[in-house]
Amino acid sequence: MVSSEMASSVLPNSLSHTRAGIHISSLDERILKGQTDSKERADRETTQEYFVNMGPQHPSTHGVLRLVLRMDGETVRDVIPVLGYVHRGMEKKAEYVGYRQQVHFTDRLDYLSAVMGNWAMSSAIEKAMKTELNDRIETIRTIVAELTRIQSHQLWWGVLGMDLGAFTPFLYGFRDREKITAIFEETMGGRLTMNYIQPGGLMFDIHPDFVANVKKFISYFKPLIEEYEELFGGNVIVQERLKNVGILDAKSAISLGVTGPILRASGVAHDLRKLEPYGVYAKTKFNVPVGTVGDCWDRYQVRMQEMRESISIIEQLIDNVPEGKHMVMKFGAKIRVPEGVYYSQMETARGIFGIFIASDGSEKPYRMHFRTPNFNNLWAITQMAAGGRVGDLVAILSSIDIVVPDIDR
Amino acid sequence: MDSAELQVVVGALHSSLTFREKSDRLSVVVPSDQLLSVAMKLRDSEPLSFDMLCAHTAIDWLKDEKIELIYQLYSTKHGHHLMMSVYVSRTEAVAVPSLHTVWQIAQWQEREVYDLFGICYSGHPDLRRILLEDDWKGFPLLKDYKDDFMLERPW
Repeated sequence: MVSSEMASSVLPNSLSHTRAGIHISSLDERILKGQTDSKERADRETTQEYFVNMGPQHPSTHGVLRLVLRMDGETVRDVIPVLGYVHRGMEKKAEYVGYRQQVHFTDRLDYLSAVMGNWAMSSAIEKAMKTELNDRIETIRTIVAELTRIQSHQLWWGVLGMDLGAFTPFLYGFRDREKITAIFEETMGGRLTMNYIQPGGLMFDIHPDFVANVKKFISYFKPLIEEYEELFGGNVIVQERLKNVGILDAKSAISLGVTGPILRASGVAHDLRKLEPYGVYAKTKFNVPVGTVGDCWDRYQVRMQEMRESISIIEQLIDNVPEGKHMVMKFGAKIRVPEGVYYSQMETARGIFGIFIASDGSEKPYRMHFRTPNFNNLWAITQMAAGGRVGDLVAILSSIDIVVPDIDR
Repeated sequence: MDSAELQVVVGALHSSLTFREKSDRLSVVVPSDQLLSVAMKLRDSEPLSFDMLCAHTAIDWLKDEKIELIYQLYSTKHGHHLMMSVYVSRTEAVAVPSLHTVWQIAQWQEREVYDLFGICYSGHPDLRRILLEDDWKGFPLLKDYKDDFMLERPW
Protein backbone atom coordinates (compact mmCIF):
# COMPACT_ATOMS: atom_id res chain seq x y z
CA MET A 1 0.00 0.00 0.00
CA VAL A 2 1.17 3.48 -0.80
CA SER A 3 -0.07 6.29 1.35
CA SER A 4 -1.57 9.31 -0.36
CA GLU A 5 1.31 11.43 0.85
CA MET A 6 3.84 9.06 -0.65
CA ALA A 7 1.90 8.87 -3.87
CA SER A 8 1.80 12.61 -4.27
CA SER A 9 5.53 12.75 -3.70
CA VAL A 10 6.19 9.90 -6.15
CA LEU A 11 3.94 11.09 -8.94
CA PRO A 12 5.56 14.40 -9.89
CA ASN A 13 8.97 12.80 -9.78
CA SER A 14 8.03 9.92 -12.03
CA LEU A 15 6.26 12.29 -14.41
CA SER A 16 9.23 14.57 -14.65
CA HIS A 17 11.39 11.52 -15.16
CA THR A 18 9.23 10.42 -18.09
CA ARG A 19 9.24 13.86 -19.53
CA ALA A 20 12.96 14.07 -19.27
CA GLY A 21 13.34 10.60 -20.75
CA ILE A 22 11.47 11.21 -23.98
CA HIS A 23 12.06 13.72 -26.68
CA ILE A 24 9.69 16.62 -26.41
CA SER A 25 9.27 18.68 -29.52
CA SER A 26 8.80 22.39 -29.51
CA LEU A 27 5.16 21.78 -30.49
CA ASP A 28 4.68 19.66 -27.38
CA GLU A 29 6.15 22.41 -25.30
CA ARG A 30 3.78 24.94 -26.78
CA ILE A 31 0.79 22.60 -26.31
CA LEU A 32 1.73 22.18 -22.66
CA LYS A 33 1.99 25.89 -22.23
CA GLY A 34 -1.28 26.41 -24.12
CA GLN A 35 0.33 28.47 -26.88
CA THR A 36 -1.03 26.58 -29.89
CA ASP A 37 -3.76 27.51 -32.33
CA SER A 38 -6.74 25.29 -33.10
CA LYS A 39 -5.31 23.86 -36.35
CA GLU A 40 -2.14 22.72 -34.68
CA ARG A 41 -4.15 21.14 -31.88
CA ALA A 42 -6.37 19.28 -34.38
CA ASP A 43 -3.29 17.91 -36.13
CA ARG A 44 -1.93 16.80 -32.83
CA GLU A 45 -5.12 15.13 -31.67
CA THR A 46 -5.39 12.69 -34.64
CA THR A 47 -4.10 9.36 -33.50
CA GLN A 48 -1.30 7.49 -35.14
CA GLU A 49 -2.44 4.81 -37.57
CA TYR A 50 -1.37 1.29 -36.84
CA PHE A 51 -1.73 -2.19 -38.31
CA VAL A 52 -3.50 -5.12 -36.72
CA ASN A 53 -3.04 -8.63 -37.97
CA MET A 54 -6.25 -10.67 -37.91
CA GLY A 55 -5.72 -14.33 -38.62
CA PRO A 56 -4.68 -16.64 -40.22
CA GLN A 57 -5.60 -18.51 -37.03
CA HIS A 58 -8.58 -16.51 -35.93
CA PRO A 59 -11.95 -18.12 -35.22
CA SER A 60 -13.98 -15.49 -37.04
CA THR A 61 -12.00 -15.72 -40.27
CA HIS A 62 -13.57 -19.18 -40.76
CA GLY A 63 -10.38 -20.93 -41.67
CA VAL A 64 -6.94 -19.78 -42.64
CA LEU A 65 -7.60 -16.35 -44.02
CA ARG A 66 -5.50 -13.41 -42.91
CA LEU A 67 -6.67 -9.84 -42.87
CA VAL A 68 -4.28 -6.98 -42.26
CA LEU A 69 -6.17 -4.03 -40.88
CA ARG A 70 -4.99 -0.45 -41.08
CA MET A 71 -6.56 1.08 -38.02
CA ASP A 72 -7.13 4.54 -36.67
CA GLY A 73 -8.12 3.97 -33.07
CA GLU A 74 -11.09 1.64 -33.23
CA THR A 75 -11.93 2.57 -36.83
CA VAL A 76 -10.87 0.34 -39.70
CA ARG A 77 -9.35 2.44 -42.48
CA ASP A 78 -8.27 -0.36 -44.78
CA VAL A 79 -8.60 -4.12 -45.03
CA ILE A 80 -5.86 -5.98 -46.87
CA PRO A 81 -6.75 -9.65 -47.36
CA VAL A 82 -3.79 -12.01 -47.51
CA LEU A 83 -4.61 -15.33 -49.15
CA GLY A 84 -2.97 -18.54 -50.12
CA TYR A 85 -2.61 -20.45 -46.88
CA VAL A 86 -4.51 -23.43 -48.30
CA HIS A 87 -3.59 -22.99 -51.94
CA ARG A 88 -3.38 -26.48 -53.41
CA GLY A 89 -2.74 -25.71 -57.05
CA MET A 90 -6.08 -27.15 -58.14
CA GLU A 91 -5.93 -25.62 -61.61
CA LYS A 92 -2.47 -27.00 -62.27
CA LYS A 93 -3.51 -30.43 -61.03
CA ALA A 94 -6.61 -30.31 -63.21
CA GLU A 95 -4.37 -30.23 -66.29
CA TYR A 96 -2.91 -33.60 -65.34
CA VAL A 97 -6.07 -35.65 -64.81
CA GLY A 98 -8.94 -36.70 -67.05
CA TYR A 99 -12.37 -35.08 -67.16
CA ARG A 100 -14.11 -37.68 -65.01
CA GLN A 101 -11.72 -37.02 -62.17
CA GLN A 102 -12.31 -33.26 -62.29
CA VAL A 103 -15.60 -33.72 -60.42
CA HIS A 104 -13.69 -34.71 -57.32
CA PHE A 105 -11.85 -31.39 -57.22
CA THR A 106 -15.03 -29.39 -57.07
CA ASP A 107 -16.32 -30.56 -53.71
CA ARG A 108 -12.96 -29.76 -52.18
CA LEU A 109 -13.37 -26.14 -53.20
CA ASP A 110 -16.58 -24.99 -51.59
CA TYR A 111 -17.18 -27.97 -49.34
CA LEU A 112 -20.46 -26.58 -48.08
CA SER A 113 -21.85 -26.50 -51.62
CA ALA A 114 -20.16 -29.78 -52.51
CA VAL A 115 -23.02 -31.22 -54.54
CA MET A 116 -23.54 -28.00 -56.46
CA GLY A 117 -19.85 -27.97 -57.34
CA ASN A 118 -20.16 -31.54 -58.65
CA TRP A 119 -23.18 -30.50 -60.64
CA ALA A 120 -21.44 -27.48 -62.14
CA MET A 121 -18.52 -29.57 -63.30
CA SER A 122 -20.71 -32.40 -64.58
CA SER A 123 -22.95 -30.07 -66.49
CA ALA A 124 -19.96 -28.24 -67.96
CA ILE A 125 -18.72 -31.56 -69.34
CA GLU A 126 -22.20 -32.64 -70.41
CA LYS A 127 -22.78 -29.38 -72.26
CA ALA A 128 -19.48 -29.78 -74.07
CA MET A 129 -20.30 -33.42 -74.94
CA LYS A 130 -23.95 -32.50 -75.77
CA THR A 131 -25.36 -35.16 -73.45
CA GLU A 132 -29.11 -35.21 -72.87
CA LEU A 133 -30.26 -36.24 -69.41
CA ASN A 134 -33.58 -37.68 -68.28
CA ASP A 135 -36.00 -36.01 -65.90
CA ARG A 136 -35.19 -38.28 -63.00
CA ILE A 137 -31.58 -37.22 -62.92
CA GLU A 138 -32.43 -33.52 -63.27
CA THR A 139 -35.05 -33.71 -60.52
CA ILE A 140 -32.83 -35.54 -58.07
CA ARG A 141 -29.99 -33.13 -58.80
CA THR A 142 -32.24 -30.17 -58.11
CA ILE A 143 -33.58 -31.61 -54.86
CA VAL A 144 -30.11 -32.50 -53.63
CA ALA A 145 -28.76 -29.08 -54.58
CA GLU A 146 -31.53 -27.31 -52.68
CA LEU A 147 -30.92 -29.51 -49.62
CA THR A 148 -27.26 -28.51 -49.88
CA ARG A 149 -28.24 -24.85 -50.02
CA ILE A 150 -30.30 -25.26 -46.85
CA GLN A 151 -27.53 -27.02 -44.92
CA SER A 152 -25.01 -24.42 -46.06
CA HIS A 153 -27.25 -21.60 -44.86
CA GLN A 154 -27.91 -23.45 -41.60
CA LEU A 155 -24.20 -23.57 -40.91
CA TRP A 156 -23.81 -19.92 -41.91
CA TRP A 157 -26.62 -18.96 -39.52
CA GLY A 158 -25.00 -20.84 -36.65
CA VAL A 159 -21.58 -19.37 -37.30
CA LEU A 160 -22.97 -15.86 -37.66
CA GLY A 161 -24.44 -16.25 -34.20
CA MET A 162 -21.16 -17.41 -32.79
CA ASP A 163 -19.26 -14.56 -34.41
CA LEU A 164 -21.62 -12.08 -32.82
CA GLY A 165 -21.12 -13.70 -29.42
CA ALA A 166 -24.17 -15.95 -29.18
CA PHE A 167 -23.38 -19.61 -28.82
CA THR A 168 -26.88 -21.10 -29.04
CA PRO A 169 -27.41 -20.62 -32.81
CA PHE A 170 -24.25 -22.60 -33.47
CA LEU A 171 -25.66 -25.60 -31.63
CA TYR A 172 -29.09 -25.21 -33.23
CA GLY A 173 -27.61 -24.86 -36.69
CA PHE A 174 -25.46 -27.94 -36.37
CA ARG A 175 -28.26 -29.95 -34.79
CA ASP A 176 -30.53 -29.33 -37.77
CA ARG A 177 -27.78 -29.59 -40.35
CA GLU A 178 -27.09 -33.07 -39.03
CA LYS A 179 -30.53 -34.15 -40.29
CA ILE A 180 -29.62 -33.25 -43.86
CA THR A 181 -26.17 -34.76 -43.51
CA ALA A 182 -27.79 -38.01 -42.40
CA ILE A 183 -30.03 -38.02 -45.49
CA PHE A 184 -26.97 -37.42 -47.67
CA GLU A 185 -24.99 -40.13 -45.96
CA GLU A 186 -27.76 -42.63 -46.57
CA THR A 187 -27.85 -41.98 -50.31
CA MET A 188 -24.34 -40.88 -51.16
CA GLY A 189 -22.16 -42.45 -48.52
CA GLY A 190 -20.42 -39.17 -47.75
CA ARG A 191 -21.22 -36.44 -45.28
CA LEU A 192 -19.14 -33.55 -46.56
CA THR A 193 -17.55 -34.38 -49.89
CA MET A 194 -20.03 -36.54 -51.73
CA ASN A 195 -18.84 -36.86 -55.34
CA TYR A 196 -22.45 -37.71 -55.99
CA ILE A 197 -23.21 -36.02 -59.30
CA GLN A 198 -21.19 -37.46 -62.15
CA PRO A 199 -20.99 -36.55 -65.83
CA GLY A 200 -23.89 -38.41 -67.41
CA GLY A 201 -25.98 -38.90 -64.28
CA LEU A 202 -25.62 -39.77 -60.63
CA MET A 203 -23.16 -42.03 -58.88
CA PHE A 204 -25.98 -44.01 -57.19
CA ASP A 205 -29.73 -44.00 -57.33
CA ILE A 206 -31.47 -42.46 -54.32
CA HIS A 207 -31.95 -44.59 -51.23
CA PRO A 208 -35.46 -46.17 -50.94
CA ASP A 209 -36.08 -44.04 -47.82
CA PHE A 210 -34.83 -40.82 -49.40
CA VAL A 211 -38.23 -39.34 -50.29
CA ALA A 212 -39.76 -40.21 -46.90
CA ASN A 213 -36.78 -38.81 -45.02
CA VAL A 214 -36.72 -35.57 -46.98
CA LYS A 215 -40.43 -35.09 -46.26
CA LYS A 216 -39.80 -35.81 -42.61
CA PHE A 217 -37.00 -33.24 -42.60
CA ILE A 218 -39.17 -30.60 -44.21
CA SER A 219 -41.98 -31.03 -41.72
CA TYR A 220 -39.35 -30.87 -38.96
CA PHE A 221 -37.45 -27.86 -40.25
CA LYS A 222 -40.25 -25.66 -41.55
CA PRO A 223 -41.43 -24.45 -38.13
CA LEU A 224 -37.82 -24.21 -37.00
CA ILE A 225 -37.01 -21.38 -39.42
CA GLU A 226 -39.57 -19.29 -37.57
CA GLU A 227 -37.89 -20.30 -34.33
CA TYR A 228 -34.53 -19.26 -35.79
CA GLU A 229 -35.99 -15.87 -36.61
CA GLU A 230 -37.51 -15.50 -33.17
CA LEU A 231 -34.40 -16.63 -31.35
CA PHE A 232 -31.83 -14.71 -33.34
CA GLY A 233 -33.28 -12.27 -35.85
CA GLY A 234 -35.78 -10.95 -33.33
CA ASN A 235 -33.04 -10.14 -30.86
CA VAL A 236 -32.43 -6.42 -30.58
CA ILE A 237 -28.69 -6.86 -30.02
CA VAL A 238 -28.39 -8.85 -33.24
CA GLN A 239 -30.37 -6.24 -35.14
CA GLU A 240 -28.18 -3.46 -33.79
CA ARG A 241 -25.07 -5.34 -34.81
CA LEU A 242 -26.31 -6.05 -38.33
CA LYS A 243 -28.43 -3.10 -39.41
CA ASN A 244 -26.63 -0.40 -41.42
CA VAL A 245 -23.34 -2.25 -41.07
CA GLY A 246 -21.18 -3.01 -44.08
CA ILE A 247 -23.38 -1.32 -46.67
CA LEU A 248 -22.68 -2.25 -50.30
CA ASP A 249 -24.70 -0.44 -52.96
CA ALA A 250 -25.87 -2.18 -56.11
CA LYS A 251 -23.56 -0.36 -58.51
CA SER A 252 -20.38 -1.15 -56.58
CA ALA A 253 -21.57 -4.69 -55.97
CA ILE A 254 -21.81 -5.30 -59.72
CA SER A 255 -18.49 -3.63 -60.41
CA LEU A 256 -16.88 -5.69 -57.64
CA GLY A 257 -18.10 -8.89 -59.30
CA VAL A 258 -20.05 -9.90 -56.22
CA THR A 259 -22.63 -12.65 -56.76
CA GLY A 260 -25.08 -14.74 -54.81
CA PRO A 261 -26.93 -13.61 -51.68
CA ILE A 262 -24.64 -10.59 -51.26
CA LEU A 263 -25.54 -9.22 -54.69
CA ARG A 264 -29.22 -9.93 -54.09
CA ALA A 265 -29.05 -8.20 -50.70
CA SER A 266 -27.74 -5.13 -52.52
CA GLY A 267 -30.93 -5.06 -54.53
CA VAL A 268 -29.97 -6.83 -57.77
CA ALA A 269 -32.34 -9.73 -58.43
CA HIS A 270 -29.67 -11.84 -60.06
CA ASP A 271 -30.17 -15.57 -59.65
CA LEU A 272 -29.07 -17.99 -62.33
CA ARG A 273 -31.76 -20.43 -61.26
CA LYS A 274 -34.25 -17.86 -62.50
CA LEU A 275 -32.37 -16.10 -65.30
CA GLU A 276 -30.74 -19.09 -67.00
CA PRO A 277 -32.64 -22.03 -65.55
CA TYR A 278 -30.92 -25.38 -65.38
CA GLY A 279 -32.06 -28.65 -63.82
CA VAL A 280 -35.83 -28.48 -63.33
CA TYR A 281 -35.88 -24.98 -61.83
CA ALA A 282 -37.93 -23.76 -64.80
CA LYS A 283 -40.77 -26.06 -63.73
CA THR A 284 -40.84 -24.84 -60.15
CA LYS A 285 -42.18 -21.65 -58.68
CA PHE A 286 -40.00 -19.69 -56.33
CA ASN A 287 -39.16 -16.09 -55.51
CA VAL A 288 -35.78 -14.41 -55.59
CA PRO A 289 -35.48 -12.47 -52.34
CA VAL A 290 -33.74 -9.11 -52.66
CA GLY A 291 -32.62 -6.56 -50.11
CA THR A 292 -32.99 -2.79 -50.23
CA VAL A 293 -30.11 -1.36 -48.20
CA GLY A 294 -27.32 -3.86 -48.85
CA ASP A 295 -26.23 -4.10 -45.24
CA CYS A 296 -25.52 -7.19 -43.12
CA TRP A 297 -29.15 -7.30 -42.03
CA ASP A 298 -30.30 -7.57 -45.66
CA ARG A 299 -27.84 -10.35 -46.28
CA TYR A 300 -29.20 -12.09 -43.21
CA GLN A 301 -32.79 -11.69 -44.41
CA VAL A 302 -31.99 -12.82 -47.95
CA ARG A 303 -30.41 -16.04 -46.74
CA MET A 304 -33.23 -16.77 -44.30
CA GLN A 305 -35.74 -16.22 -47.09
CA GLU A 306 -33.70 -18.42 -49.42
CA MET A 307 -34.02 -21.29 -46.98
CA ARG A 308 -37.81 -20.94 -47.14
CA GLU A 309 -37.73 -20.80 -50.94
CA SER A 310 -35.50 -23.87 -51.08
CA ILE A 311 -37.97 -25.76 -48.92
CA SER A 312 -40.79 -24.72 -51.24
CA ILE A 313 -38.80 -25.93 -54.28
CA ILE A 314 -38.18 -29.30 -52.63
CA GLU A 315 -41.85 -29.59 -51.67
CA GLN A 316 -42.87 -29.06 -55.28
CA LEU A 317 -40.53 -31.75 -56.54
CA ILE A 318 -40.31 -34.43 -53.89
CA ASP A 319 -43.72 -36.00 -54.49
CA ASN A 320 -43.19 -36.74 -58.15
CA VAL A 321 -39.65 -37.84 -58.75
CA PRO A 322 -39.94 -39.32 -62.25
CA GLU A 323 -38.98 -42.91 -62.96
CA GLY A 324 -35.91 -43.63 -65.01
CA LYS A 325 -32.29 -44.59 -64.92
CA HIS A 326 -29.88 -42.76 -62.63
CA MET A 327 -27.13 -42.81 -65.24
CA VAL A 328 -28.02 -42.21 -68.87
CA MET A 329 -24.56 -41.95 -70.33
CA LYS A 330 -21.80 -43.98 -68.79
CA PHE A 331 -18.66 -42.16 -69.88
CA GLY A 332 -15.54 -44.25 -70.10
CA ALA A 333 -12.39 -43.33 -68.26
CA LYS A 334 -11.35 -41.13 -71.16
CA ILE A 335 -13.71 -38.34 -72.15
CA ARG A 336 -12.51 -36.40 -75.15
CA VAL A 337 -14.10 -32.98 -75.09
CA PRO A 338 -14.15 -31.44 -78.60
CA GLU A 339 -11.57 -28.73 -79.19
CA GLY A 340 -12.67 -25.28 -78.09
CA VAL A 341 -13.35 -23.09 -75.09
CA TYR A 342 -16.33 -23.56 -72.79
CA TYR A 343 -17.57 -21.53 -69.88
CA SER A 344 -20.54 -22.57 -67.79
CA GLN A 345 -21.93 -21.26 -64.55
CA MET A 346 -24.11 -22.42 -61.73
CA GLU A 347 -25.63 -20.76 -58.67
CA THR A 348 -24.21 -22.25 -55.49
CA ALA A 349 -25.08 -21.21 -51.96
CA ARG A 350 -22.50 -18.43 -52.17
CA GLY A 351 -22.87 -17.19 -55.70
CA ILE A 352 -21.81 -18.03 -59.21
CA PHE A 353 -19.48 -20.96 -59.59
CA GLY A 354 -18.09 -20.84 -63.10
CA ILE A 355 -16.04 -23.46 -64.87
CA PHE A 356 -13.87 -22.53 -67.80
CA ILE A 357 -12.50 -25.34 -69.93
CA ALA A 358 -10.05 -24.93 -72.79
CA SER A 359 -9.78 -28.22 -74.61
CA ASP A 360 -7.33 -29.26 -77.29
CA GLY A 361 -9.31 -32.40 -78.03
CA SER A 362 -7.29 -34.72 -75.80
CA GLU A 363 -8.56 -36.62 -72.77
CA LYS A 364 -7.20 -34.02 -70.35
CA PRO A 365 -8.19 -30.36 -70.28
CA TYR A 366 -5.56 -28.02 -71.70
CA ARG A 367 -6.61 -25.46 -69.12
CA MET A 368 -9.23 -25.51 -66.42
CA HIS A 369 -10.24 -22.44 -64.46
CA PHE A 370 -12.57 -22.37 -61.49
CA ARG A 371 -14.36 -19.06 -61.09
CA THR A 372 -15.14 -19.42 -57.43
CA PRO A 373 -17.75 -17.19 -55.77
CA ASN A 374 -15.79 -16.62 -52.57
CA PHE A 375 -12.65 -15.36 -54.27
CA ASN A 376 -14.64 -12.60 -55.94
CA ASN A 377 -16.94 -11.92 -53.00
CA LEU A 378 -14.10 -11.47 -50.53
CA TRP A 379 -12.69 -8.43 -52.33
CA ALA A 380 -15.91 -6.56 -51.52
CA ILE A 381 -14.88 -6.52 -47.85
CA THR A 382 -12.39 -3.76 -48.62
CA GLN A 383 -15.34 -1.49 -49.44
CA MET A 384 -17.79 -2.84 -46.89
CA ALA A 385 -15.51 -2.60 -43.87
CA ALA A 386 -13.64 0.65 -44.59
CA GLY A 387 -14.71 3.31 -42.11
CA GLY A 388 -16.41 0.85 -39.77
CA ARG A 389 -15.35 -0.57 -36.43
CA VAL A 390 -13.42 -3.74 -35.71
CA GLY A 391 -16.48 -5.37 -34.17
CA ASP A 392 -18.42 -4.66 -37.35
CA LEU A 393 -15.71 -6.25 -39.44
CA VAL A 394 -16.39 -9.59 -37.76
CA ALA A 395 -20.09 -9.26 -38.57
CA ILE A 396 -19.34 -8.28 -42.17
CA LEU A 397 -16.96 -11.17 -42.71
CA SER A 398 -19.57 -13.52 -41.34
CA SER A 399 -22.27 -12.03 -43.54
CA ILE A 400 -20.11 -12.62 -46.63
CA ASP A 401 -20.09 -16.31 -45.62
CA ILE A 402 -16.68 -17.30 -46.91
CA VAL A 403 -15.23 -20.76 -47.33
CA VAL A 404 -11.47 -20.41 -47.45
CA PRO A 405 -10.50 -23.46 -49.60
CA ASP A 406 -12.82 -21.98 -52.22
CA ILE A 407 -10.86 -18.72 -52.18
CA ASP A 408 -7.42 -20.28 -52.28
CA ARG A 409 -8.17 -23.23 -54.56
CA MET B 1 -29.71 -9.92 -77.47
CA ASP B 2 -28.83 -13.21 -79.08
CA SER B 3 -25.37 -14.17 -80.22
CA ALA B 4 -25.73 -13.05 -83.86
CA GLU B 5 -27.10 -9.60 -82.98
CA LEU B 6 -24.45 -9.20 -80.33
CA GLN B 7 -21.75 -10.00 -82.86
CA VAL B 8 -22.95 -7.17 -85.13
CA VAL B 9 -23.00 -4.61 -82.31
CA VAL B 10 -19.67 -5.67 -80.82
CA GLY B 11 -18.01 -5.90 -84.23
CA ALA B 12 -18.96 -2.29 -84.97
CA LEU B 13 -16.96 -1.03 -81.96
CA HIS B 14 -13.61 -1.20 -83.70
CA SER B 15 -12.35 -2.40 -87.08
CA SER B 16 -9.60 -4.58 -85.60
CA LEU B 17 -11.92 -6.93 -83.71
CA THR B 18 -12.18 -10.54 -84.86
CA PHE B 19 -14.38 -13.36 -83.65
CA ARG B 20 -13.21 -16.72 -82.53
CA GLU B 21 -14.76 -19.99 -83.61
CA LYS B 22 -14.89 -23.13 -81.49
CA SER B 23 -16.39 -21.38 -78.52
CA ASP B 24 -19.65 -22.09 -76.73
CA ARG B 25 -20.53 -18.39 -76.62
CA LEU B 26 -19.68 -15.28 -78.59
CA SER B 27 -15.97 -14.72 -78.25
CA VAL B 28 -14.24 -11.57 -79.46
CA VAL B 29 -10.49 -11.14 -79.91
CA VAL B 30 -9.18 -7.66 -79.12
CA PRO B 31 -5.65 -6.41 -79.90
CA SER B 32 -3.85 -5.48 -76.71
CA ASP B 33 -3.41 -1.81 -77.64
CA GLN B 34 -7.18 -1.44 -78.09
CA LEU B 35 -8.12 -3.33 -74.93
CA LEU B 36 -8.82 -0.41 -72.62
CA SER B 37 -10.90 1.60 -75.10
CA VAL B 38 -12.89 -1.44 -76.26
CA ALA B 39 -13.53 -2.47 -72.64
CA MET B 40 -14.78 1.03 -71.85
CA LYS B 41 -17.13 0.92 -74.85
CA LEU B 42 -18.40 -2.53 -73.91
CA ARG B 43 -19.30 -1.28 -70.47
CA ASP B 44 -20.72 2.11 -71.37
CA SER B 45 -22.55 1.62 -74.65
CA GLU B 46 -26.22 1.26 -73.88
CA PRO B 47 -27.18 -1.80 -76.00
CA LEU B 48 -24.21 -3.75 -74.58
CA SER B 49 -23.71 -2.51 -70.97
CA PHE B 50 -21.41 -5.29 -69.83
CA ASP B 51 -21.24 -4.12 -66.26
CA MET B 52 -19.83 -7.24 -64.65
CA LEU B 53 -16.50 -8.97 -65.12
CA CYS B 54 -17.32 -12.51 -64.04
CA ALA B 55 -13.94 -14.09 -64.45
CA HIS B 56 -10.51 -13.25 -65.76
CA THR B 57 -7.97 -15.91 -66.51
CA ALA B 58 -5.33 -16.89 -69.04
CA ILE B 59 -4.24 -19.81 -71.18
CA ASP B 60 -0.63 -20.53 -72.05
CA TRP B 61 -0.52 -21.64 -75.71
CA LEU B 62 3.03 -22.96 -75.63
CA LYS B 63 3.16 -24.06 -79.29
CA ASP B 64 2.00 -20.69 -80.62
CA GLU B 65 4.30 -18.81 -78.22
CA LYS B 66 1.31 -16.84 -76.99
CA ILE B 67 -0.60 -16.30 -73.80
CA GLU B 68 -4.30 -15.69 -74.17
CA LEU B 69 -5.99 -13.52 -71.59
CA ILE B 70 -9.68 -14.25 -71.19
CA TYR B 71 -12.35 -11.97 -69.77
CA GLN B 72 -15.85 -13.31 -69.12
CA LEU B 73 -18.25 -10.40 -69.34
CA TYR B 74 -21.85 -10.32 -68.28
CA SER B 75 -24.55 -7.69 -68.43
CA THR B 76 -26.86 -7.65 -65.43
CA LYS B 77 -29.10 -5.29 -67.38
CA HIS B 78 -29.62 -7.35 -70.55
CA GLY B 79 -28.46 -10.77 -69.32
CA HIS B 80 -26.06 -11.50 -72.18
CA HIS B 81 -22.56 -12.92 -72.06
CA LEU B 82 -19.39 -12.20 -73.97
CA MET B 83 -15.97 -13.79 -73.90
CA MET B 84 -13.18 -11.33 -74.64
CA SER B 85 -9.68 -12.54 -75.47
CA VAL B 86 -6.37 -10.75 -75.82
CA TYR B 87 -3.28 -12.48 -77.17
CA VAL B 88 0.09 -11.42 -75.82
CA SER B 89 3.50 -12.68 -76.78
CA ARG B 90 5.02 -15.28 -74.54
CA THR B 91 8.60 -14.19 -75.08
CA GLU B 92 8.49 -10.40 -75.39
CA ALA B 93 7.32 -8.25 -72.55
CA VAL B 94 4.16 -6.51 -73.73
CA ALA B 95 2.29 -4.23 -71.38
CA VAL B 96 -1.37 -5.11 -71.05
CA PRO B 97 -3.48 -2.32 -69.61
CA SER B 98 -5.11 -3.07 -66.30
CA LEU B 99 -8.89 -2.93 -66.49
CA HIS B 100 -9.51 -2.00 -62.86
CA THR B 101 -10.73 1.42 -63.95
CA VAL B 102 -13.49 -0.29 -65.94
CA TRP B 103 -14.44 -3.09 -63.54
CA GLN B 104 -13.12 -2.82 -59.98
CA ILE B 105 -12.84 -6.58 -59.52
CA ALA B 106 -10.22 -6.67 -62.31
CA GLN B 107 -7.67 -5.43 -59.80
CA TRP B 108 -8.18 -8.55 -57.72
CA GLN B 109 -8.42 -11.01 -60.60
CA GLU B 110 -5.40 -9.56 -62.40
CA ARG B 111 -3.28 -10.18 -59.32
CA GLU B 112 -4.13 -13.85 -59.62
CA VAL B 113 -3.20 -13.96 -63.31
CA TYR B 114 0.05 -12.13 -62.54
CA ASP B 115 0.77 -14.61 -59.77
CA LEU B 116 0.22 -17.73 -61.85
CA PHE B 117 1.17 -16.54 -65.37
CA GLY B 118 3.49 -13.59 -64.82
CA ILE B 119 1.46 -11.16 -66.91
CA CYS B 120 2.39 -7.56 -66.08
CA TYR B 121 -0.51 -5.13 -66.16
CA SER B 122 0.33 -1.49 -66.71
CA GLY B 123 -1.45 0.91 -64.40
CA HIS B 124 -2.30 -1.72 -61.80
CA PRO B 125 -2.14 -0.12 -58.35
CA ASP B 126 -1.05 -3.16 -56.37
CA LEU B 127 0.47 -5.90 -58.50
CA ARG B 128 1.68 -8.44 -55.96
CA ARG B 129 1.49 -12.20 -55.69
CA ILE B 130 -1.82 -13.27 -54.23
CA LEU B 131 -1.94 -17.05 -53.78
CA LEU B 132 1.73 -18.00 -53.62
CA GLU B 133 4.42 -16.76 -51.27
CA ASP B 134 6.05 -13.46 -52.09
CA ASP B 135 9.43 -15.08 -52.76
CA TRP B 136 8.11 -17.82 -55.07
CA LYS B 137 10.19 -18.27 -58.20
CA GLY B 138 8.45 -18.75 -61.53
CA PHE B 139 4.84 -18.80 -62.59
CA PRO B 140 3.26 -22.22 -62.02
CA LEU B 141 0.48 -22.24 -64.60
CA LEU B 142 2.89 -21.75 -67.48
CA LYS B 143 3.14 -25.01 -69.41
CA ASP B 144 6.94 -25.16 -69.17
CA TYR B 145 7.05 -24.49 -65.43
CA LYS B 146 9.23 -26.86 -63.44
CA ASP B 147 10.25 -26.99 -59.82
CA ASP B 148 11.92 -29.47 -57.49
CA PHE B 149 8.66 -30.72 -56.04
CA MET B 150 7.06 -31.76 -59.29
CA LEU B 151 7.26 -35.47 -59.95
CA GLU B 152 7.17 -37.24 -63.28
CA ARG B 153 4.45 -39.83 -63.54
CA PRO B 154 5.95 -43.31 -63.85
CA TRP B 155 3.26 -44.32 -66.40
